[in-house]
Amino acid sequence: MPRIAKPLVFAACLLPALHLAAGAFQLGGLSLGTDPVKLMLHTCGRWTLNFLLITLCMTPLRNITHGVDWLRYRRMFGLFAFFYALLHFSVFLLLDQAGKLHAVGHEIVKRPYITLGMLALLLLVPLALTSTAKAQRRLGRRWTRLHQLIYPVALLGVWHFWWQVKKDIREPILYACGLALLLGYRLWKRHQSTAPVSVARFARTDGA
Amino acid sequence: MRRARNPSRTIVPSDITPQARYMSRRSLLAGGLGLAALQAIGRFSRPAMAETGAEGPGALTFTRNAAFSLTETPNSYRDITTYNNYYEFGTDKADPAENAQGLRTKPWNVTVGGEAEVTGSFTIEDILKPHPLEERVYRLRCVEAWSMVVPWIGFPLGDLLKRFKPTSKAKFVEFKTLYDPKQMPGQRSSVLEWPYVEGLRMDEAMHPLAIMAVGLYGKVLPNQDGAPMRLIVPWKYGFKGIKAIVGIKFTERMPRTTWALAAPNEYGFYANVNPAVDHPRWSQASERHLGGSLFNSRRPTLPFNGYGAEVAELYSGMDLRRYF
Repeated sequence: MPRIAKPLVFAACLLPALHLAAGAFQLGGLSLGTDPVKLMLHTCGRWTLNFLLITLCMTPLRNITHGVDWLRYRRMFGLFAFFYALLHFSVFLLLDQAGKLHAVGHEIVKRPYITLGMLALLLLVPLALTSTAKAQRRLGRRWTRLHQLIYPVALLGVWHFWWQVKKDIREPILYACGLALLLGYRLWKRHQSTAPVSVARFARTDGA
Repeated sequence: MRRARNPSRTIVPSDITPQARYMSRRSLLAGGLGLAALQAIGRFSRPAMAETGAEGPGALTFTRNAAFSLTETPNSYRDITTYNNYYEFGTDKADPAENAQGLRTKPWNVTVGGEAEVTGSFTIEDILKPHPLEERVYRLRCVEAWSMVVPWIGFPLGDLLKRFKPTSKAKFVEFKTLYDPKQMPGQRSSVLEWPYVEGLRMDEAMHPLAIMAVGLYGKVLPNQDGAPMRLIVPWKYGFKGIKAIVGIKFTERMPRTTWALAAPNEYGFYANVNPAVDHPRWSQASERHLGGSLFNSRRPTLPFNGYGAEVAELYSGMDLRRYF
């Protein structure tokens, strides 16, 4: 993999945010349309989900393709999921709710779909904080356990999306299917690997 | 919200439209001379401020109804014609502007039936001919908690309905949108039950604020906004404003309505704008007003969308939490 690949991927991940920013400042003939706040909310929300799913693709891709080192990109994608989730929440707080904290608090408590989204964002925080190589080393096996939080986060995120759609649920269904596939793959893998392992262990104790 | 003080309580439709125009079926169907003569009477009795608002193709002749209009600046023509909820042409707000251009609004027929003396199929020309057009700048509040201000061109719904002489059994009026999946690609998906149906109680329908709109910004209604004729009931959520109407039926029982059928716990028959009754999933206490600044778009939602002084009495004694 050429050395330039990673910076290129990084720049590509920033494109949705840059596109929104250009629209907000009406650069290059871009605009955010009639309902700019909603467009920003939905764009950031969608990219949060996209990056969560992309992050979850890395392990299966590694297993399937062997050759390419997909895990080199996993942390970056995960952090971009957090970045877009934070942007999503900031647009909600500062633009949609005009920075009125009590109104936001009220909405978070009262609207179940917002409660789910908020919970997902909060669960992402420890993952972002422990995303460094140092933290990974220090936490050891606990790091892996902790970062399995991405599974509930992705579930909450898709649920949050599904729940706020008025009627046309085709898009949330698409995300739900993608997530089901990725989680299903892990369950299948675990089933595959645990079954022989436990038999082997059993055999070993039996033989001892 | 600034709004012209409004003597509407004392205005009844017959003040606006001469009695002569409430036509029987005979004159409605007569066409030609008869209609022209009646229209001449109408013209003569119209206020002197008649004017043509827009120029070029599709320009309509109308008068401005200041008493029924907001003083607020309307949203841009672009906003109003590119941000539409019109699931017959797709569920995205930008879909209708793209997909509705092929809709043929000529010829167009409207079937009138049910509890009325005058029933049958009428051409849109027969439907519209006797009605002088007015401009009314109304607030539009979507159930999704956004709002716009729209300069509609139309005429009082009550004036139209009276021409069909509803009988004493007519307690409600039902409206139906065209069903034609070839022209309306959204109808090929089952996101809603087609055709779209809506309804009003007769006293709501006869209220002078309820109009049939045929234009906006002085021009013929673009297809994505409901051409050739759509309903506007400004104190109700936008989904009551059924578009591309092909059927009007007077009924004794409350008609079924599309969104109430789709999610009865979320959308009711009345659908009056009410900041005190939330949508089960989101708040209706405030709304994002479109077309303004990125930072200060949220404003409080008003009971009956700000038309409470005119319409609240229609619902006196009703539990609006129950009849949402």
